Amino acid sequence: MNRRQVILDLKDLRTRFHIAEGTVYAVNGVSLTLHECETIAIVGESGCGKSVTMLSVMGLIPVPPGEIVSGQAFYRGRDLLALSEAEMEHIRGKELAMVFQDPMTALNPVLTIGRQISEPLRVHLNMDHATAQQRVIELLEQVGIPDPKNRMNDYPHQFSGGMRQRAMLAMALACAPSVLIADEPTTALDVTIQAQIIELVTRLRDALCMAVIWITHDLGVVAGLAERVIVMYAGLVVEEASVDELYDDPRHPYTLALLAALPRIDRRRDRRLKSIPGAPPNLLVMPHGCPFAPRCEFVFDRCRAETPPLLPVAIEHRARCWYDVVNGKPFE
Amino acid sequence: MTRYILRRLLQAIPLLFVISLVLFFLMQNMGDPIATMGGRNVTRSADRERLKRQLGLDKPIIVQYLYWLAGNDWAKADLDGDGIAETPGTRRGVLRGDFGLSLVNKKPVTQVIWERLPNTLLLMLTAEAMILIFALLIGIYSALKQYSTFDNIITTITFLFYSMPVFFFALVTMYIFAVNFKKWGLPYLPTVGMFEPTAGKTPLQVAWHMVLPTATLSFGFIAGYSRYIRSAMLEAMGQDYVRTAKAKGLPKPEIVYIHALKNAALPIVTIIALDLPFLLGGAIVTERIFGWPGMGRLFLDHVSRGDTPVVMGILMMIAVAVVIFQLIADILYAWLDPRIRYT
Repeated sequence: MNRRQVILDLKDLRTRFHIAEGTVYAVNGVSLTLHECETIAIVGESGCGKSVTMLSVMGLIPVPPGEIVSGQAFYRGRDLLALSEAEMEHIRGKELAMVFQDPMTALNPVLTIGRQISEPLRVHLNMDHATAQQRVIELLEQVGIPDPKNRMNDYPHQFSGGMRQRAMLAMALACAPSVLIADEPTTALDVTIQAQIIELVTRLRDALCMAVIWITHDLGVVAGLAERVIVMYAGLVVEEASVDELYDDPRHPYTLALLAALPRIDRRRDRRLKSIPGAPPNLLVMPHGCPFAPRCEFVFDRCRAETPPLLPVAIEHRARCWYDVVNGKPFE
Repeated sequence: MTRYILRRLLQAIPLLFVISLVLFFLMQNMGDPIATMGGRNVTRSADRERLKRQLGLDKPIIVQYLYWLAGNDWAKADLDGDGIAETPGTRRGVLRGDFGLSLVNKKPVTQVIWERLPNTLLLMLTAEAMILIFALLIGIYSALKQYSTFDNIITTITFLFYSMPVFFFALVTMYIFAVNFKKWGLPYLPTVGMFEPTAGKTPLQVAWHMVLPTATLSFGFIAGYSRYIRSAMLEAMGQDYVRTAKAKGLPKPEIVYIHALKNAALPIVTIIALDLPFLLGGAIVTERIFGWPGMGRLFLDHVSRGDTPVVMGILMMIAVAVVIFQLIADILYAWLDPRIRYT
């Protein structure tokens, strides 16, 4: 059982985008909880709504075309979705910080790294120039940038991809936030740099006792990093469990399929990886029934008629499925 | 950087030579300066011959160009027009800073231009300031409120203004603010000149007379630039780094005016730097309509009388300005965008 205090409590979040082709149902009722100093991972394929969920919480969805239809996001008891833009400005970057996927485009090309990192310090902590500069040097040192005193005057194009992501991290950590949202921070980096960044985040998380939400499509990354995993599909949470439980005892057919698609070092080399048949759902139509039904190998009549609720299947383990994969028959 | 600037300036020299040569040859087709010298009377053919020899127009074009460029103090000129070149020439040539005398009024070209340049600069710099202020305000605001009522209205109006001919706009404003305002007994705007002769050339008079010409000069550019700024800002505001800035909790003005505008400034600087030098040449249509004694009218008056020295003087001034403003734009790029480096 988790005895730590809940820091972020997301309740039934629904986000849509109104575009020329119609309405995109991006997030369709996501609830999740995050405890202090806890790391959770949100896993799912591209377009499953994992990024949109967290961008909604941060208030970074462009409105229009986006619209948060319903839901609450309680951060230490305050509903972030009900706050005004001015109130959110005090929370963004100070309490909740975010690191983005592509460090090539997420940093402003015409401002120095030092300036970009010092901005949250100036805005949230009212630091004067000299103090902020000193803090920027410390932060860059903390994330492992060599010679920070000189490198802080560099522009993003003078940094390598890995260094830019480190700088992004330094920027996010500037005000020592309680929650760090990492939106696929390693996707654009090569594998060795990826490992370094993960190691860095783990170290900083432990040092600062920071809660981390790690968004990824890579189940392999999750194992050594997160305590709990949330699997998303078509804007819905389909399974939620601790990391060990999820790997050892997956209950949702989608999770099963994802794990089967993962190359593993302990399996025979000549075995082919299994891909999931079909394509991700078209989110322009509100899913009727279970969204995974068209691609599911266990599908039966009920799946197409009713969307299953997120049901507890074990201790601290929930899955959104009508079929009991352990016993090989539908639930009662 | 200094090396880069020096190299660019050196590269400009052959370019200016070619420009001057082409312009000089084209000028030979702009009309006969002698035809209008007699005023209303037809010039007798004997006098024509004499005038041609006195002005050196009987020489081959390439020799005329050479005299214009390098002067004729090393050759003999036929000042009395009797067909024998006996007097030493006095022209020192453009290369030595002598642009020659106007064929129309015998005044030095530099003096003729200097008499008009301040008037044009006054009008043009005021117009340019108006253009930049309003274009930036309108462009940024309508980018931030994309597809709002304000944006839709302003986009339609700028489109209309952008496609409206200058003379039409000038006449419409004259009709409304001068003709009709006078008829309705309202304070009306003047339409001709820089000041009332009875009131004298006071700053207030000049400012009052500048209202309509400035508005006429500005409206098309405001419309064009604001559309340009709007699209540059829209592009910048959609970039990932703007989202990052927002995720940091920066206040909106800082996101818009520092993170987005500094990136959007690059294409804006380009068009402004390309347009600025042409302000020196004055606005031919606007100055003509409002009787403004500027460079545009000077150019028109002298080009129609085939006054090669004055026309060449004006055109070369614009050519040099184009070269210099291009260089300034390139230096501004490097200052705005650290990814650009010159060696």
